[in-house]
Amino acid sequence: MKSQLAGLSDPTKFHEPVCVDNINTNTLKKMLKSMIIIRKTEQQLALARKEGLIGGPVHLGAGQEAIAVGISESLQSSDRVFGAHRSHSHLLALNPNFYKLFAEVLGKETGFSKGMGGSMHLFDQSSGFYGSVPIVAGTVSLAVGAAMAAKMQDTNNIGVAYIGDGAVEEGVVHESFNLAKVHNAPTLFVIENNLFASHMHISLRQPSNLISRFAIANEIPYKLVDGNDVCAIHNAAKEQIIDMRNGDGPRLIELVTYRHYGHVDWRDDVDVGVDRSLDDIENWKARDPIHRLSKSMVKKGCWSLDEEDEYKKQVDIDITLAWDKAMNDPYPSGNATLDYVYSDNQKEMT
Amino acid sequence: MEKHNYGTAILAGFEYLLEKYPEVFVIGQGLWSPWYVGNSMTDLDKKFGVERIIDTPVSESACTGAAVGASLAGMKPIVVHPRMDFMIYAMDAVVNQAAKWSHMLGGQAHPGVTIRSIINRGGEQGAQHSQALHAWFAHIPGLRVVMPSTVSDARDLLIASVLCPDPVMFIDDRWLYDQEDELLPVKEISLIEQKPLISEAGTDITIVSSGHTSLLSRKAGTILKNLNISAEIIDIRVLNPFYVDDIVSSVEKTKNLLVVDSGTLSAGFSAEIIAKVVERLPIGILESRPVRLALPDAPAPTSRVLEKDYYLHEEDVVK
Repeated sequence: MKSQLAGLSDPTKFHEPVCVDNINTNTLKKMLKSMIIIRKTEQQLALARKEGLIGGPVHLGAGQEAIAVGISESLQSSDRVFGAHRSHSHLLALNPNFYKLFAEVLGKETGFSKGMGGSMHLFDQSSGFYGSVPIVAGTVSLAVGAAMAAKMQDTNNIGVAYIGDGAVEEGVVHESFNLAKVHNAPTLFVIENNLFASHMHISLRQPSNLISRFAIANEIPYKLVDGNDVCAIHNAAKEQIIDMRNGDGPRLIELVTYRHYGHVDWRDDVDVGVDRSLDDIENWKARDPIHRLSKSMVKKGCWSLDEEDEYKKQVDIDITLAWDKAMNDPYPSGNATLDYVYSDNQKEMT
Repeated sequence: MEKHNYGTAILAGFEYLLEKYPEVFVIGQGLWSPWYVGNSMTDLDKKFGVERIIDTPVSESACTGAAVGASLAGMKPIVVHPRMDFMIYAMDAVVNQAAKWSHMLGGQAHPGVTIRSIINRGGEQGAQHSQALHAWFAHIPGLRVVMPSTVSDARDLLIASVLCPDPVMFIDDRWLYDQEDELLPVKEISLIEQKPLISEAGTDITIVSSGHTSLLSRKAGTILKNLNISAEIIDIRVLNPFYVDDIVSSVEKTKNLLVVDSGTLSAGFSAEIIAKVVERLPIGILESRPVRLALPDAPAPTSRVLEKDYYLHEEDVVK
């Protein structure tokens, strides 16, 4: 397959520091810290899963943090964000409460979804995170509907749908692109193109690795951006979201990235039946979004490695405390299975 | 009192909801030219505007999902599928999303969407324009399933479904549209409190059915009365969650049970009714084996000769 991603799928490129011009220092620091929190949270989850402390699967997005962080910088808590199976970063970029994520992944009633969802079903509507589900592409049409509602409710809120390169192979995604366009629904389709579905490389699944071609087909304005450059993502999304809030309909942003871990759980070189090249993984780690931003900030003189060490140490301490607390939290009560089926908490009537 | 038929009663339900609740909107195919839906949606677009009566591309899946998403954002959407068969494209939005979000997110998300799907068959339309799949949906915890069989329920259960914070599959049947009745002004009722309705009290046999077969059962009851058989006719109305206690009491009294269902027989809703009743009946009560009457285990045939034999008629119930 010929690559149409402007060199972005070649992991030996784009290792240099990112361009931080025109972004103020506070925003840079905020984005760097957010990425560090997400990375360390997921590393903790990887470790705990490896040690058998987490019962269910965890789909880790380490390496892809720049996307959610760069996008969320322009979101407001009244927006409507929908995720998928790999959505820890999407949620943490809006609400960095890793304690509630730990509790949820452990199935504790103090978690984001009261212990009923685990890693794959997350909810935090007060921060704008409407929900994530593991059915591939299951929330894309929901995001369009939430965006249509935003219009009907006479607000400038937008819907956000995080979509992987595999999900665009589902038919409903194309129905959703079309529906959003013809109804001018302010939906931001965020394509996290990490080149792999669970079981297959994109070259074996599609005739082109450029997902944006579907934006062209639906006349949705789009941008193709380095998914490991948080500043480029922030700048691109900011512009798109301003247009959307002004009533200009849907947008698509395609971010090329790579996950450090395999499709599920803690191993890095094994996907579901797919062996990823260790060389590729090493090269992609050299395109690390955290390291690249940090380097630029040090160069600009607004950040130092000492500060970074200090910050990381503090996050490590906070994560350990949060993890221990979550481990000791209670599980949902035995009634929960029936209580949450309907809104009135009714059990089967007979 | 206002004179209505089943179709205009649904229309009255739509008008009531759209007038009173700004968060109600309707989405589906053909809503600006509603020839598939009888007289049940006439001129809604002209009265309430195309922003609230949304005609859509040919995309059952995305449109149903969009309604689910809008409901999560505080709206009360009604999705219209003029034929249930086409709605199968939208199963993920209904089964995986709408029905499960409350449960898997700890009761914090409320997809209060109403999905109106129509059973629309006969007239040599064949296997893909004919199915009554209510049993599928009644199998899904979290999805309320409503099948109004009377003119008043057509209006009032539609309103109750839309005002309910849970997802509702509201199934009406084109073969019910000719019924006429006089309706009182709307009085809002809670869907959660609705139970089966004893349409006709009787002492010799309990006949349980829903939707179109409830109409057949009521007609059969009249014929049986002339034959000196007193049938108690029960209209289920809400199939999920299924409230069975009143049916059990009725069978304790009549000691005979006939179930009539508009779906195909095997693994159908008729089996669920008999199972739930028999499980709860004291041993030795029944004077005869419970009987179920449903469609043959075959897709609907097209030819009118075969079609006539395939579907149920009130004479079948009488027999």
